[in-house]
Amino acid sequence: MLSQIVSALGVVVVAVFACSAYFYFSNKILDLALPVSDGDVRAASRNLNRRAVIRPWLFLGPALFLLFVYLVYPVVATFILSFYDRSGLQFVGLANYKWAIGDREFRQSIFNNILWLAVVPAACTFFGLVIAVMTDRIWWGNIAKSIVFMPMAISFVGASVIWKFIYEYRGGNDVQIGLLNAIVQLFGGTPEVWISVPFWNNFFLMVILIWIQTGFAMVILSAALRGIPEETIEAAVIDGANGWQIFWRIMVPQVWGTIAVVWTTITILVLKVFDIVLTMTNGQWQTMVLANLMFDWMFRGGGDSGRSAVIAIIIMLAVTPIMIWNVRRANRELKGH
Amino acid sequence: MTAVGNYFKIGPARLFVHLAVLLIVIIWLIPTLGIFVSALRDKDQIVVSGWWTAFVGSTQTVAVRLGTPDQQKQEGANYVITGNVLEGQTGRSVKAFGNRVQQPAAFEAGETADLGDGESLQINSDGSYRYMKNTAFSPDERPRRIYASVSAPPEFTLQNYKTVLTGEGIGQSFINSLTVTIPATIIPILIAAFAAYALSWMEFPGRALLIALVVGLIVVPLQMSLIPLLRLYNEIGNMLGQPSKTYPGIWFAHTAFGMPLAIFLLRAYIAGLPKEIIESARVDGASDFEIFVRIVLPLSFPALASFAIFQFLWVWNDLLVAMVFLGTDQDHLVLTGRLNALLGSRGGNWEILTASAFVTIVVPLLVFFGLQRYLVRGLLAGSVKGG
Repeated sequence: MLSQIVSALGVVVVAVFACSAYFYFSNKILDLALPVSDGDVRAASRNLNRRAVIRPWLFLGPALFLLFVYLVYPVVATFILSFYDRSGLQFVGLANYKWAIGDREFRQSIFNNILWLAVVPAACTFFGLVIAVMTDRIWWGNIAKSIVFMPMAISFVGASVIWKFIYEYRGGNDVQIGLLNAIVQLFGGTPEVWISVPFWNNFFLMVILIWIQTGFAMVILSAALRGIPEETIEAAVIDGANGWQIFWRIMVPQVWGTIAVVWTTITILVLKVFDIVLTMTNGQWQTMVLANLMFDWMFRGGGDSGRSAVIAIIIMLAVTPIMIWNVRRANRELKGH
Repeated sequence: MTAVGNYFKIGPARLFVHLAVLLIVIIWLIPTLGIFVSALRDKDQIVVSGWWTAFVGSTQTVAVRLGTPDQQKQEGANYVITGNVLEGQTGRSVKAFGNRVQQPAAFEAGETADLGDGESLQINSDGSYRYMKNTAFSPDERPRRIYASVSAPPEFTLQNYKTVLTGEGIGQSFINSLTVTIPATIIPILIAAFAAYALSWMEFPGRALLIALVVGLIVVPLQMSLIPLLRLYNEIGNMLGQPSKTYPGIWFAHTAFGMPLAIFLLRAYIAGLPKEIIESARVDGASDFEIFVRIVLPLSFPALASFAIFQFLWVWNDLLVAMVFLGTDQDHLVLTGRLNALLGSRGGNWEILTASAFVTIVVPLLVFFGLQRYLVRGLLAGSVKGG
């Protein structure tokens, strides 16, 4: 055990050192190669200009390298692979796309994904907003916020174990040790194997993501709510608005932009969600979603790169509008600077 | 107090708010509390009673065999076997007993039960019993099996943690997770900070385009990258005669996948630093490298810290990247992967699962509660203007 810790620490130090060394030495070399300190003023100013041209790329180099190799190139390569057969060698045109449209499991995944997209972002944003409004006006609100925010720190796998325990089912006359079934039994209901009830089991999996992500929505919306000018709400109070009206007519419209950001962020997350379905059901009992179907085809029967590429492309297509919207928003903000 | 707060001070809405928030907090806390309590319980108790009963003690039905005929003593016309069904167990007591599995609690403790055939049995709450028959117990009679409902006081143990840390590979995975997470947290910060500085304060053609690219890449799903990268890794591995699934491989993957968000968040912060400081340093003849290391890096500490926490949590909690780029063999399994494997192989052993789950979430929880302030700041920097 000790030797493992030592060797782990060793690689950690080497890795971090190598990275720092790149930046230090590349800049050092640039300064040495293009000196500015000798007598020749013209050469010095020319070197200074050259340095200014080269140095940004030294700074950006590793980042650009990683972005291109790990994100830009794969997008292109996946697109190309989606037109090839399972081994990625034989061009098959649109065959993989045709397969996807006809595949029952694929359609099930699309259906489930739409369910997830309809429920989870809306639920997280709504609960996040309500909790933010409520916790902002009680003295122990910050403690409450920390607790709601806490699941953000828990891995999806950890959260799955936590919730699997809640959904645990014991057959026959055994005592239920899963909280949900115990409650159902307490109220005279019949315990169920929740995660294998078709259709509804999707919602039991969604609860996990909602439990994790509501804290994120809450934190961001709470910050936005604090930015609402005092006068607007006071004016509404004087005009005799009740709490409900203030919430829907004054607060919600004012933080609309932030709601959109939170909604989008969670939507992207939902499209990528993989761990929860893998650990809870592995796609059984009609809970398959695109991300898992893709992972499944990557390794199923030694791997089918064509079909899994098609599924990846579908996920990408779903994200593209959000990507465009994001870039536009960022550009507007840059110009506003 | 905010403006909205003032409004809610008026009227009876306040009590409702307190109660509603209390309810929410309880709902949010209970799932985690469940595994935390269960991981501290005895494994036999986890399966027979809900974790919420752990604090009040539990009652369980146990099957015991009474003494053998060679222990019998004659008392007048009767033959008696005595003993204790709770032999060697302290703190427990018998509530009821029975001789048939269908009715394990047919008789109260202390009652004398008539078992028919001239046999009777009395079990006291301390576990001592008198098993009596009006003729001698025949030596080839099997010891009688009875059922007792035994109540145990609340008891907690660290045994489950000991088991998973030594026996289930959790200890090894813990180290693997650290080996993956620490470089994959530090390296992207360095790389992204340099890039963010270049994108904020250095003039070069194509800058706006690069910023747009970074923003666009934030949303590219990870799944897109997996197949081409896996192929690339395999080719490089073959070329070098090395295995394709290595720690440096996964560090680079995590670094790259975290990069767009890191550059985006850090750029927002670094671009907002006061212009005068950086320009006066330039006038004094400092190079960009010096400005970055001496001025920008120290000033950006809050942003760096918040991203570091983010990246740490993300890498520590990741399952997909680790499964694809580090593999699922025993030596390289990270904590999330190990937990996932245990869910498959130890599905019903809740003492193993709960303790393992708690080990995997304890580090992120510590980081989270210790540095929550920075984490929130980082979240807000990227999402709310002026937050």
